This record gives sequence, C-alpha cells and structure tokens, in this order.
Amino acid sequence: MTKFLERIGSYLEGRLRISGLLEFGRKKKVPEHKHSFWYYFGGLCLFLFFIQVATGILLLLYYVPSIDTAHESIRFIMSQVKFGWLIRSVHSWTANILIGTIFIHMFSAFFLKAYRPPRELTWVSGFFLLLIFLAFGFSGYLLPWNELAFFATRVGTDIAGTIPLVGQTIKEFLLGGPEVSGATLSRFFWLHVAVLPALALAFIGLHVLLVQLHGMSKPIGLRETKEISFYPYFFLKDAQVWMVVLALIGILCVFFPWEIGTKADPFAPTPVGIKPEWYFTFVFTTLKIVPPHILTIEGEVLAILAFLLGAFLWMLVPFLDRRASRDEKSPVLSVLGFIIIVYMVAMTLLTYLLPQVGR
Amino acid sequence: MSQRQISRSSAVPLATRAGRLRSTKTGSPLASALLFLALVSILPASLPAQKNSCLDCHRELEDKLRAPAEAMAGDIHGQFGLSCADCHGGNPLEEDMERAKDRSFKGVPPRTRIPEFCGACHADAAFMRRFNPNLRIDQLNLYWTSQHGQLLKKGDDKVATCTDCHGVHGIHAASFPKSWTFAWNIPQTCGRCHSDRDYMRPYGLPADQVEEYKASVHAQALYEKKDLSAPVCNDCHGNHGAAPPEVSSVAFVCRQCHPSAGDLFSRSPHRAAFDGLGISECEACHGNHRVLRPSDDMLAGGSQDVCLRCHDAETNPYRVGKEIKRLVDAFVVSYENAEALLSAAEKKGVEVSPAKFKLQEANTAIIHLRNLTHTLSISEVEAKLKDGDMVLAEVKASGQRALEEARFRRTGLIVATVFLLLLAVAISIKLRDLRRSSGPEEQT
Repeated sequence: MTKFLERIGSYLEGRLRISGLLEFGRKKKVPEHKHSFWYYFGGLCLFLFFIQVATGILLLLYYVPSIDTAHESIRFIMSQVKFGWLIRSVHSWTANILIGTIFIHMFSAFFLKAYRPPRELTWVSGFFLLLIFLAFGFSGYLLPWNELAFFATRVGTDIAGTIPLVGQTIKEFLLGGPEVSGATLSRFFWLHVAVLPALALAFIGLHVLLVQLHGMSKPIGLRETKEISFYPYFFLKDAQVWMVVLALIGILCVFFPWEIGTKADPFAPTPVGIKPEWYFTFVFTTLKIVPPHILTIEGEVLAILAFLLGAFLWMLVPFLDRRASRDEKSPVLSVLGFIIIVYMVAMTLLTYLLPQVGR
Repeated sequence: MSQRQISRSSAVPLATRAGRLRSTKTGSPLASALLFLALVSILPASLPAQKNSCLDCHRELEDKLRAPAEAMAGDIHGQFGLSCADCHGGNPLEEDMERAKDRSFKGVPPRTRIPEFCGACHADAAFMRRFNPNLRIDQLNLYWTSQHGQLLKKGDDKVATCTDCHGVHGIHAASFPKSWTFAWNIPQTCGRCHSDRDYMRPYGLPADQVEEYKASVHAQALYEKKDLSAPVCNDCHGNHGAAPPEVSSVAFVCRQCHPSAGDLFSRSPHRAAFDGLGISECEACHGNHRVLRPSDDMLAGGSQDVCLRCHDAETNPYRVGKEIKRLVDAFVVSYENAEALLSAAEKKGVEVSPAKFKLQEANTAIIHLRNLTHTLSISEVEAKLKDGDMVLAEVKASGQRALEEARFRRTGLIVATVFLLLLAVAISIKLRDLRRSSGPEEQT
C-alpha cells in the first residue's frame, strides 16, 4: 500500500512539481505577533468562497430561474434532493458568514494599517471584493423568489433609484423593467452565476497575487521579528480555523436549515416589517430615520450621496492616511473607523430591535 | 300634475335650458354658435341656482321638522338628483308656503300608505331604469306577501313598512356600510322591533331571535371574520317578502348555502321520518337562530349529543350513530397524529411541505366525512374513510421518514463535527511535532 502511494506521489511529482510549490510555501514567511490572529480571516474568506463555488455549482443542477419554477425548485432541493437541504443551507449560511468575515478582515486591515505602501492596491482590490460580495448577497437573496426577498429587492432597487442622475438607469438596468419581475430574476441570476463569479475570481486573483508580492503587513511600531513559514505552519493553522468554521456551519445547517419562505406574489401587499439582508440594514435604517428634507435637499438623496461619498473615501484610505504611509500611528483615522463600526452595529441593532423607528 | 311630472319639469338640466335659449335665435350657424358659447359662459352667473323652498324653510325649523332637510344631504335619492317634491309633491320654486303646497302636495303619507308611496317609483320599471337598471322592482309585490304586508293590509300600522327598515330621509344603498340594510346592520334593524318584548307581545312572538343569532356560527362569521356572505335575518326569512320559513321549507332555506348537506340528508332515513313527524329538517339538530358551530360531540354519544333528543340510547339507530361517531373520532385522532408527526419533523428542521400539502387532502376528507354523517350510512362513511386512511398512511410514512432524516442529520452532524475537531486536534499535534523537530528553524 505504502509503495503504491509512493508510486502515485512520484508520478504526480514528476508532472506537477508539487515539491517546488511546497518549497515556495516553506520559503514564504508570515510574521507572528500578538495581532497575527487577524491574518486568518483572509484565508477564511478564501475558504468560504470555495465552499460557495462548490455548493453554488451543485445548486445549479436543480435550480430553475423563472418566476414559475424558482421557488418550486428550491422547495424541491430542500425536500426531495438527497442532501439538497445541506447544500442549500450551507450555501445560504456561508454567504452570510462570508460577508461577516469580509467585514472583519477589512476592519482588521484598517486598524492594523495594513494598507500602508506598498499595499495600497491590495486594499483597493479588497474594497472591490467587498462590493462584489455584497452584490452576490443582494442578487442571491432574490433567487428563491420568496415574499421577503421579493419586497426587499423592491426596497433595495428603490433605494438605488434615488441616486441622483444615474439612479433610475441603474434601477431599470437591475430590474429589467419598471418593477421586480421575471426579467429581474433572470438578471439577478445572470449576475449571480456569471458576472460576479468572473469578477470575483479576477479580483481574488489580483488580491492574492498582491499579498504574495508584498507579504503580510506588520502593524506599525511592532518590534517583534518572529516569523513562521507559510507552509506548513501558517497553512496548517489556517486549516484548523477552517475545520472549526466548517463544523460551525454544519451545526447551523442541521439545527437552523435556511428557510424557503412563502412564494412571492407581486400582487400581494407589502408585508409589514420588510427589511433587506442584515448587511444592508445599517443603510436601510439610516434612510428610514433621516429627516425628509435637509437644507431643502431631500433627506434620503442626501443620505445616499453621503454613503456613496463615504464608500469612495473608504476606498481611498491608503492615499488619505499620510501618517500611516510614513509608518506613523494615525489615531484619528482609527477613532473614525471605530465610530463607523459603532454606527453600523447600532443601526443594525436598531433595525431588529426597534423596527418601527423611522418613516 | 303627477309626482313624476314635477320631477321631470323641475330637474331640467342646465344644458337643455341653454339649448332652448339658442333655438330662439336666428342667423348663421357661426353666429348661433358664438351666441351659444357666449350664453353658456354667462349662464352660471345670470341664472339663480335651482330653488328648493322646502329645504330653505325646513333648515330654519327645529328638531323633527329640521331633521329631514339635514338627512337628505346623504340620502341616495338626493344623490340621484331627486328632491323633496319628487316624493312629497308641491312646488319647491314657490317662496310662499301656502302656494308651495299646491294641489300636487302630498305631505307625509299615513303609515298604511307608505308601501304604495315608495312603490310609486320603486315598482315602476321604466322609471327605475333611469337610475339603477339592476334594482329589482318587485319589492312592493313581495311586501304584500310578507307577514308585515298582510297585517298592514288588515289595518295594523304597527308592522314594519319600507321606512322602518330603510329609514325615512337619509336612506343609503344597501351596499353602504352605514345603511340599515347593510349585511352586518340587518340584525339590529330587524331587532329594533323583534327584540322589543312589549312590541312583540301582541303578536305572540319571542323577542330573543337577535340575541340567539348573535351567539351563532353565522354571526361569528359575520362579525368576527367580517364575512359579508354569512347569513343574516333576510337571507333565511326573505327581506321584502319576510316570513318565517314553514317546517317544509326550512331545509330549502338552509340548502341555499349548504346544498351538499341537504342532499346527503335527503338520502338518509331521517328524511322520511322527519316528513312523517312534521319535524323541520336541519333545525331539529342545529337549531334556528342560534346555529352553533357543528362539532363531532353533537353525534351520538358526544357531550352535546343531539340524537338523544329523539332516540333512546339502546335503540339500533342510536347504535348506528355511535358507530359513525367512533369512526369519525378515530379518523380525526389519526389526522392529528399525522399532523403532530409532521410538526415534530418540521421543528427539527426537515422540510415537510409536500407532506403538509398532502395532509390537506386528509383535512378535506374530514370535512367530507363530517358532512357524510347526514346520511347516517356507515358504509358511506367507511368508504370515505378508506380514501382518507390511505392519505394519512402516506402522510405518516412521510412524517416518519422526515423524523428518520432528522435523526440521520443529527448523527451525521455529530460524526462530521467529531471528525473535523479531531482533524483540528491532529493538526495541533502535527504543528507541535513540527516545532519540536524543526526547532528554531521557523524563526528568523
């Protein structure tokens, strides 16, 4: 048996030069210090992305993207297909965990000032990956064609429609018409399984390549020089985190399988308390509580513009934080980041704890 | 001048008046058109609004005499452009009261004349077609067939006439929720007289019908579910031709909404027995005004057993009733077990919607089964049970499979979690061994 395995190993080695890859991993060093815990979120994002790709491909075997069949096909997957419930629940739970992990990864990079030169483009590519995965979440939410998703999509696209000048065009492009319809489902499906995966792969490739080029960033002022080899030490620790998270996803799927909901009825009145997915609720609640008019400008439009401006500035953080680029601490930006987190958490909590707040 | 002649002359539209003015002029068509336009443009300012001296005076009066003028504001007749004179006659264009009450003036009709007073228009097909072609015109004829109408003919002016149910002034269409004749106001409308014990005493009628009705399943549907199709007084007694249903016709009254139960009952041995004994069909078990939600406990041996009203407990018909109840109860218990099974599986996270959908067939079977009790036929009940049992067996099998699946998932989860955690532990051990074997190599 051992000989047989050795022969297979030798065959693969001769063709794939695996030892070369492992040697590269051994030579690649990762800093080890009191904040290196946060490094694992990057690898976790990548691991969760691969889970999404695998489960998404399997779901495509049975999912039928039309308003007459989408909901029924999800119901079929959940009730009739062997392990369909597991694949669909893993896909849905992982989607949410992945977005949460991306946020954690992004804020950890922000507070550790990992965007310092020469890693500005790593930050910018990461920012685009956040947008791509938010779009993944938004488009995937509608695909089961259930009531909550239908009306949340209507709310979401209405919000997009309020962006001055281009809002209506974006809205109509997304919807494929004036209202959420079969055309919207087709477009969201097209985005979810064709456009966004291609973009995600391109940006993940760029992001990982940049990480390889520049290595992991060390926090400012860190005196520790300890480093570990990427392979096997960092990789195995990464794998440990993956095992734990995979077990957690399994528990969630068995005890809380993702709901199918009621099939969307475009003629039904909007249900009370409709809200988007949790990662959009801070925007949603802000728009609800913003005054109708601020200095003669419509409050909602002003809030949308503020969010867009905020996101743009967030992308430019590596270029705006001049102190960090000189390897000096920049507490003002750190406090600002902390305020942003508090604001997002507070608004998200407000959405769920006091849903009646706002208009 | 007749009432309707007054109506036609007093309600001449403004445009017609303008047309008449135009016809007095001669000249070119263009000049006529220009003159017409000029006149139309100045008409509203030059002609006074149509005068109604009835309203002008009555608005200045007090209480009883003022009320009609105020109530007419929301009256359906007013909305169709009819005025006081259209019912009461007189000349509303006259300022002077004596002159306004000319030969055509009818004033307030005596109660015994009210049906004809309203019927003058409402029984006239040609006239009613001008306002509402869908409105029936047989109310007057039906009224004379009713108990109210027959007593009125005999000179009893205490009985209900048109105005007692529809109001006098301020009459609304029956479809208007504030109307006295809107579905959920009808029990109160009838109850104004029929719940008054003193008023009903001379007629030897009870006065608890409305109270009884309000406790019924019909009232529950009407008031709680807001189901306007639920029966109220007039649906069983008729409205204009209101009369208590005879023993022989009660079944037909109920069959308006419950035709299936009626047909099944007709096939039962009860039909001939009830006819022979002169017992009204449905009422004998279900009551009349206080029709309660039927329950299986009304069957033989139940806590609300209605069979014992006529049968002795040891008789064969009663035993048949008890057997039917046993079969129904057993099926209901079986249904509840299947439902509990699915519920348990659902709580454990297994998708059971196809089985729940199937269970609806069993629920339909229960409805059919309960209806079939009207046949008093054990064989028919058993035949339906056979279908229902097959459905329940299928649902229970699905439920069992779902529970089995839930167990499998939990077992699988334990195995997978243990495996993953062991793997994580193994990695830890491997890392420790690597550190030990490589020593300071990992540091730079």
